[in-house]
This record gives sequence, structure tokens and C-alpha cells, in this order.
Amino acid sequence: MVKRLNNHFSQNIGDLIFEKLTLLFAVSVFLLVILMGYEMYLGSKISIQKFGFSFLFNSSWDPVQEVYGALPIIYGTVVSSILSLLIAVPLSIGVAIFLAEVAPSWLEKPVSFLVELLAGIPSVIYGLWGIFVLVPWLRNSFEPWLADKFGYLPFFRGAPYGFGMLAAVMILTIMLLPIISSISRDVLKAVPRSRREAALALGATKWQSTLIVLKDAKSGILGASMLGLGRAIGETMAVTMVIGNRSLISTSLFDPSYTMASVIANEFTEATSQMYLSSLIELALVLFIITIIINAFARILVWSMSRKWSAA
Amino acid sequence: MKHRNYFLYRKKTTNVIMMSLTVIAALAAVIPLFLIFYYTLSKGIAYLNLNFFIAMPKPVGEPGGGMANAIVGTLILIGIGGAIGIPVGIMTGTYLSEFGKNKFGFMVRFLTDVLSGVPSIVVGVVAYTMVVIPMKHFSALAGGIALGILMIPTITRTTEEMIKLVPHSLREAGLALGIPKWKTTIAIVLRTAWKGIATGVLLGLSRAAGETAPLLFTALGNRFWSTKIMQPIASLTVYIYDYSKSPFEDWNQQAWTAALVLIILISVLSLLFRFVTRSKYKSD
Repeated sequence: MVKRLNNHFSQNIGDLIFEKLTLLFAVSVFLLVILMGYEMYLGSKISIQKFGFSFLFNSSWDPVQEVYGALPIIYGTVVSSILSLLIAVPLSIGVAIFLAEVAPSWLEKPVSFLVELLAGIPSVIYGLWGIFVLVPWLRNSFEPWLADKFGYLPFFRGAPYGFGMLAAVMILTIMLLPIISSISRDVLKAVPRSRREAALALGATKWQSTLIVLKDAKSGILGASMLGLGRAIGETMAVTMVIGNRSLISTSLFDPSYTMASVIANEFTEATSQMYLSSLIELALVLFIITIIINAFARILVWSMSRKWSAA
Repeated sequence: MKHRNYFLYRKKTTNVIMMSLTVIAALAAVIPLFLIFYYTLSKGIAYLNLNFFIAMPKPVGEPGGGMANAIVGTLILIGIGGAIGIPVGIMTGTYLSEFGKNKFGFMVRFLTDVLSGVPSIVVGVVAYTMVVIPMKHFSALAGGIALGILMIPTITRTTEEMIKLVPHSLREAGLALGIPKWKTTIAIVLRTAWKGIATGVLLGLSRAAGETAPLLFTALGNRFWSTKIMQPIASLTVYIYDYSKSPFEDWNQQAWTAALVLIILISVLSLLFRFVTRSKYKSD
């Protein structure tokens, strides 16, 4: 009896230790996220105290005068990510429809694999390709052509350097495609087959049944696009390598620009003064908060979508 | 009657047009992949010889040389990252699947997903403020910690998903034999799921190998041979970045070769990944 009790006790102890041990690690992940925010807050304190909200609305980023305003940088970040998203989302939905609805399975698997491979290429290699292949092509062919045909628009003015907003948008589009399309494909596949069969049975064409599936998957696709937005905002290497790195607000896509992530990558090791470093850390903090909000929304959308159909 | 035919016609043409558009979209998505692979292979192969793997970088201006230090540096960095990311990821994933059906578990799951979306450069900044500033110099350790943090979400989520795939009957069989829950989890559940977990680990490692941004101001880079974790260390990705911006043609060339070597390294990891997943979970 005593032995059995002991045994029972040691079992409980073992379970308890195991549970608490795994709990400890789970708590550490939880704390890590909070610690990250706190560390960056501490690091950017002097910049926050000095500039306050003007940090976000002042347009001069001048390390010599020790004045740091992130407006052109935020502008560059917003424009580059929104434009690339505008191109990448419709294309990705097309790819997702192809993979989930159109392609036979012998074709779907290799294409999915290729798309995932694309997502696995390190961003510095996209950047390398951007510098030596995309930028020269833009400079010598595409930008002069745009200037010639559409030069009356404010978006295609100025000298075609190659390095600039247009190059960043194109690289980002290529990088977003695999991310948005693979999540959208999963979301489309989560819609029960019966929805399609019902439509087809009523005489709908493939496209009409796809429209119904798309409507069902709306929130999931929105979530996938937001995940893409988070990626675009935070993408560092590829963008830094092709965007030209100048803090400048310009309507022309030919002009160089800057994004929050590329400023940090480019200037962090050169930051000699406390204030400079602190401003860069503040940029990282802003980036952290923005991407957390976007990702939180995106995850909620994707989750609500998969829950809806797994419950049905 | 004519009326109806018109609608039928329109319906069918729209169908054909839209379906063809999706094919074009798929082609458009895959073309950049071929372009990038084509250029990396054709430009990178010129320098790809034994020397590249065993020689050290030459001083500025001198042609030739290899990247032995960067290859070893990248391996050391993902090693340090793995030493942090793998245990934390696996343990957290185990917690989430075994004990995480409560509010706290939900929150951790949510935070891991959110963490996976945090830009890697931000993680680099955090590693800088947490490790580099107190130590007062750049180090492989700081870079490895940044990579470790970046691995956590991937490994955690794969571990959780893979453990969930383990049939409940296995667990019950263990418990019915009087084996304590913790032993059942380790010896039966984790053991059954280990292949899946290994794929998560490989995925995390291969992603970490391709990271540049978090290393720029943590591991920094090093033109000399160094395996000390308290000193700055070279990595393939930082070399690609530095050499691609360089005015020397020779260095630009080497950047392509480094890119090729990096892609080979990552492909080997993801081939392992494919191989491991295929043998276990064929249907999905």
C-alpha cells in the first residue's frame, strides 16, 4: 500500500515537473516578446524624450545636425509596401486559384514546390540579383521606355538611375508572391468541396464556382495579404540593396527612397552618437509595433477562416 | 432563345479567360525563380572551386581567395542559434500541444505567430541592445542569439502540429500500461513525432542560414579566421551583402559564388526536409 502510494506520488511529481518545465519555456517565449519591446523602449528613450511625436512627422533626417524625423522614411516604407501589395495580391490570388482549383494534382505539386522554393531564397540573394540584373535592366530598358511613353505622369519623371522606388517595388512584389499565394492556396483548400460541387451541380462554370469559393475564403485571403504587408514593411536586405537609400519624398518612382528597415540596416553601424543610435532603435520599435499589429490582425483573420470551416 | 445563348456564350468565355489568367499568374510567379536560379548558377559557378571552400579572403584589391571563414562562420552561427531555438521551440511546442488548451496556451500560440512576423532586423536591434551593448563589442554570440530567436516560432509551431498528428490511441496505450504522462509524452509521443519535429528544425536552421539583417550589427563580419563565439564572425550572407556593394568586379563575382554556396547549403537542408517528411506523413 505504501509502495503504491509512493509510486503514485512519484508519478505525479514527474508529471508536475514535466509540465512546469515545458511551461517555463512557454513563459520564456511570452516574456521574450515583452522583453523585446521593453529593450527597444529603453534604447530609444532619449530620442523619444527629445523628439516626441515630431519624430514621426518631421521630414529631416540629419545626423550632422542631430535632428531625426522619420517622415520620408515612413513615406518610403508605406509607398513601397502598398504598391508592391497592389501588384502581388491579384497575382497571388491567381496563383492560388490555379493551384487549388485549376491545376491537376500532378501539376499542382511541382508548382507548389517551386513557389515554396521561391519563398525559401534568402533575401540577400534577391538583393544581389536586384543589383546586377534587375537594376541594369530598369536603367537601360524599362525606365527609359516608361519615361518615353508615360513621362507626362508625375510617377515616371527624372533620371532613370535604376536604383530607386521602382526597383524596390518590383523586388518586393517577387518576394511577396510566394508568401501570399501559398497561404491563399491553403485557405482556398480549406473551403469544403461540397461548396464547389453544389455550384457545379447547378450548372455553374469552373470560374463561377471559384467565385463562390473566393467569397467563402475572403477573410483568409485578406489575412494572407496582411501577412504579406507585414513582410513588405519589414523586408530589409533586398530593399536596402536596390532602393537607393536617400531620405526623400518624391512622387517619381525613379527616385531613390528609404524604408525604416533599410535605414536601420544601412546606418546602424555608422551611428556614432547616442542620439543617432537611439533614433535608429526608435525606428526599430515603431517597426516592431506596426508589424505586431498587422500580424495580429492577419492571424485572427486566417484563424477565424479555418475555424469557420473546420466547425462546419 | 438567342438571348439565352448569348448568356451561355458569355459565361463560357469568361470562364476560359479567367482560367487562362490564373495559368498566366502561375507562370509569372515561377519565372523569377528561374531567373534568379539561372543567374546565380551561371554567374556563381565561375569561382566555384575547392579554393573557395578552403582559402581565406584576400586583402582589398587582390583577386582570388575564398570564403572558408564565412562558411564556417555561418555554420557556427546557426549552431548557436539552434542551441537556443531548438530546445525552446520543442519544449514550447510540447507545452502547447499537451497542456496548452487554456487561455495562456492560446496567448503563447498567438505570440509565437506574431513573433514569426517580426522583421528580422528588429530582432537584430534587440540582440544589439541586449548582448552587444553590455559586452561592449560585436560577437558571434549576439548573432547566434538573434538567429535563435528567429528560429523559435517555426520550431514551436511545427512541433505542436506534429505532436497533434500523433494518434490519441498511442497516448492512451501508454497511460493504460501505467506509464506516467511525462514518460508517455517523451518516450511515445515525441518519439513518434520526431521526424516531423526534425523537419521543423531543419526548416528553422535553413531559414537562419539565409538571414543577413540580424547579423549586420551583431556578428558584424570578420575578414580573418575566427571561431571564437565572443568575437565578431564572418558569415556567407554578410559577405554577399558587402561584396555586392563593392566596386571590385572580382568581389562582385565572389558574391555570386557565395550566393550559390548558400543556396546549395539551404537546398541540402530542405532536401533533407522533404526526404524526412515524405517517409512519415505521406498523405496530407
